Amino acid sequence: MFRLIRRKIGENVYRLRVPAKNLCIDATAKVPSSNPGRSGHVYQEGQGFSDKVQQHDIAIVGGGMVGMAFACSLASTPLTKHLNVAIIDSNPALFNGVGIKKDGPPDPRVSTVTPATISFFKDIGAWKYVEEHRHAYFDKMQVWDYTGLGYTRYNARDANKDVLGCVVENRVLHSSLLSCMQSTDFQKTIYPSKLMTLHRNSSSNGVGSTSSASPSFERGHPVKLDLSDGSLCAKLVVGADGSRSRVRELTGFKTIGWNYSQNAIICTVEHSVENQCAWQRFLPAGPIALLPISDNFSNIVWTMNPKEATDRKVMNEDDFLRDVNNALDYGYGPHPKSSTSGSGGIFSWLKPDLTSSVNDCFEVPPKVVKLASERMMFPLSLMHANNYASKHVVLIGDAAHTVHPLAGQGVNLGFGDASSLSRVIAEGIAVGTDIGEVSLLKKYEAERKPENIAMMAVLDGIQKAYSVDFGPLNLLRAAAFHGANYISPLKKSIISYASGEQRLPIFS
Amino acid sequence: MASKLSNQLRALYAATSHHSTLSPRQFPNPSGALRDFLLGSNGRLFSAEVSSPPPTPIPPSGPNPSAPSSLNQKELDKFSAMAETWWDSEGPYRPLHALNPTRLAFIRSTLCRHFGRDPCSARPFEGLKFVDVGCGGGILSEPLARMGATVTGVDALETNIKIARLHAHRRGRAHCRVRKIMLLIDLPVTSASLLSNCSVSDDVNFTSVASDLDPLASTIEYRCTTAEKLVEEQRNFDAVISLEVIEHVADPAEFCKSLAALTVPDGATVVSTINRSMRAYATAIVAAEYILHWLPKGTHQWSSFLTPEELVLILQRASVSVKEMAGFTYNPLTGRWSLSDDISVNFIAYGTKTTSE
Repeated sequence: MFRLIRRKIGENVYRLRVPAKNLCIDATAKVPSSNPGRSGHVYQEGQGFSDKVQQHDIAIVGGGMVGMAFACSLASTPLTKHLNVAIIDSNPALFNGVGIKKDGPPDPRVSTVTPATISFFKDIGAWKYVEEHRHAYFDKMQVWDYTGLGYTRYNARDANKDVLGCVVENRVLHSSLLSCMQSTDFQKTIYPSKLMTLHRNSSSNGVGSTSSASPSFERGHPVKLDLSDGSLCAKLVVGADGSRSRVRELTGFKTIGWNYSQNAIICTVEHSVENQCAWQRFLPAGPIALLPISDNFSNIVWTMNPKEATDRKVMNEDDFLRDVNNALDYGYGPHPKSSTSGSGGIFSWLKPDLTSSVNDCFEVPPKVVKLASERMMFPLSLMHANNYASKHVVLIGDAAHTVHPLAGQGVNLGFGDASSLSRVIAEGIAVGTDIGEVSLLKKYEAERKPENIAMMAVLDGIQKAYSVDFGPLNLLRAAAFHGANYISPLKKSIISYASGEQRLPIFS
Repeated sequence: MASKLSNQLRALYAATSHHSTLSPRQFPNPSGALRDFLLGSNGRLFSAEVSSPPPTPIPPSGPNPSAPSSLNQKELDKFSAMAETWWDSEGPYRPLHALNPTRLAFIRSTLCRHFGRDPCSARPFEGLKFVDVGCGGGILSEPLARMGATVTGVDALETNIKIARLHAHRRGRAHCRVRKIMLLIDLPVTSASLLSNCSVSDDVNFTSVASDLDPLASTIEYRCTTAEKLVEEQRNFDAVISLEVIEHVADPAEFCKSLAALTVPDGATVVSTINRSMRAYATAIVAAEYILHWLPKGTHQWSSFLTPEELVLILQRASVSVKEMAGFTYNPLTGRWSLSDDISVNFIAYGTKTTSE
């Protein structure tokens, strides 16, 4: 019954095909790269460049955490491990390995990985490498605000879990994924290069659509990538090249987004005692988070307005530490009252559930005694691509969406994308679909976009709710805190959602 | 210069009376009303095409913009546009594209079991010969080839075969594609003239055309023929697959006999069609043709549908015993099809050819 179909095919008969896209970028194309590695293993399997244009099934642009996780996911799936994959990234760490000194101070760039991400890493075989390095599970979290009206303590046992998450340095995640991929016999070629242009054979069948000026496309590999020192062809290009994605720009994906006129300062600090809880306090100018890294180290992510951030980045260590301790304690407002003392409080009508963390008292985070790394500053912004998939090109991770780093969800969304895309590709291969087929890639988009948007909306909403200091709103926020603290099913849902294991209740 | 050449060649081209062969109605169609809707639609397409003047011609793109290239550019554009329409998953064939992964999932799971292949393999049908009877634009043949099978796609309609060949050989290198495609779609240029033209300034000759094929495409043999003719040629296949065809043939029982005759003993036969149920009338005819306009009106005759029982019976008589059957159900909210036990509208049957004959 599905055979034919009306509509004027005649229209198409003479429709002129647009010549293959030929977009140029300036030579300052920046490919995400992190700290260069010093020593380590060379594990390249194929040399990138030769006279003949190399052909690959999939070209991953950007070998960062999300790009590597996607490659590992392909390598660990029976249906996709035969794929011939190119990874394009000028980061020398991909060649040399990331040298991590285990006893050095932790790098301030850390990620809070959720239980969903941990299980993804276990599936692809990368978690065991993470566990060889520094990482810190935490099972408690305390969130409160400067008004002193409310606080919430989350405990993993509220949702019958062992952990709420794990704080891992980005370089540990990255090197674990590298080690993981190295341990497989996956056919990969690493191009230590930058993407310059991307040509797509704009028509699905190619004939009569490319002008004589367009590049010749390798058979069955309809995308041609010109790199700073060579070129290659692929059936599918995966843009994992971060928030300033070249792939996104070259392919013409539209985005929406805004800057928060907020900067985040991140650094590693040392306590005199061990910290095993994640702390987050909402201050008038933005939240400050204190995340355990291991031993006596913690990571600070402090969001504030750009001027304050610039000042605090350069001020001397003692003043900075005093500001941090102040921000985590009595600065900007009083401590919230502990709920157990709660007779007569304005929210006393909420009956505590005696079995859960409701009885946990408000605690003050451990004092910070020493700065253990340089201070780094990042501007905050929100960006979302209207589409993640088009013909033969797909975006994952920050290339598709950049979120407020409020709850450390950014990279988890990226890992979710990587997992979803590799599963969709495996399902497509199972039924003989062309992996560049847009209808296949749209399945990935349909799966991830609602989840990513929901998370972005939640985080943006929290950010907005805290960007105003206004009496009634403060009360409302406090009520939300109390609700989150005392209503067990709600609390459980929040934990599940933040763990990446459940969609928002309204979406499920 | 190009347009002058193209005018000359259009005259030459007309002289070869190739146009008449393009009319699908001239093809003998022993299977009766096979793809009547396609015939009708393509007939319209062609007549519209002949009467309307071509827009700005795309300049010949080979390094040798010689006469035959410009002559056939028009043909190429026409077929390439048609192939593009056929294969556009968002286009008019969207319902078919949406259904395709679902029916392939059934074929994969049943045939992996039948042939004892690893369901986790990317190419489980390596080394097996399949025939896709009523292949259309190759929408089923290509995925089967990607899954490793050596596929023969047959269709009674030459237009479909041309589209299928064109699509399978797409993405050719720009410099030699015109000539290749001429070969592929059997344009009326003799081999000799083609060779002589190629030799002017092109490094491509027939051997390179043959050897340079896409590994996928080169494994698919597309032929404009019918199941009956393949039987006459005494061809046989490990699996014979004919999806959404039987409801269009004049004599389903004879058609099933042909399918069975093409299947090797212990081979597999897969047939899908629409049930002759009230729900099928409501969905496949009233909804799909009259309300949603997915299909042209008159595509399906309710009376020529087969019930699952009838299909099992006529396959049985053709010595194919049906082992498994599944239904396809459409979720209008997600626009996705899925396999189910509900065979009241669309269904697919897999059977094995019994050896005792």
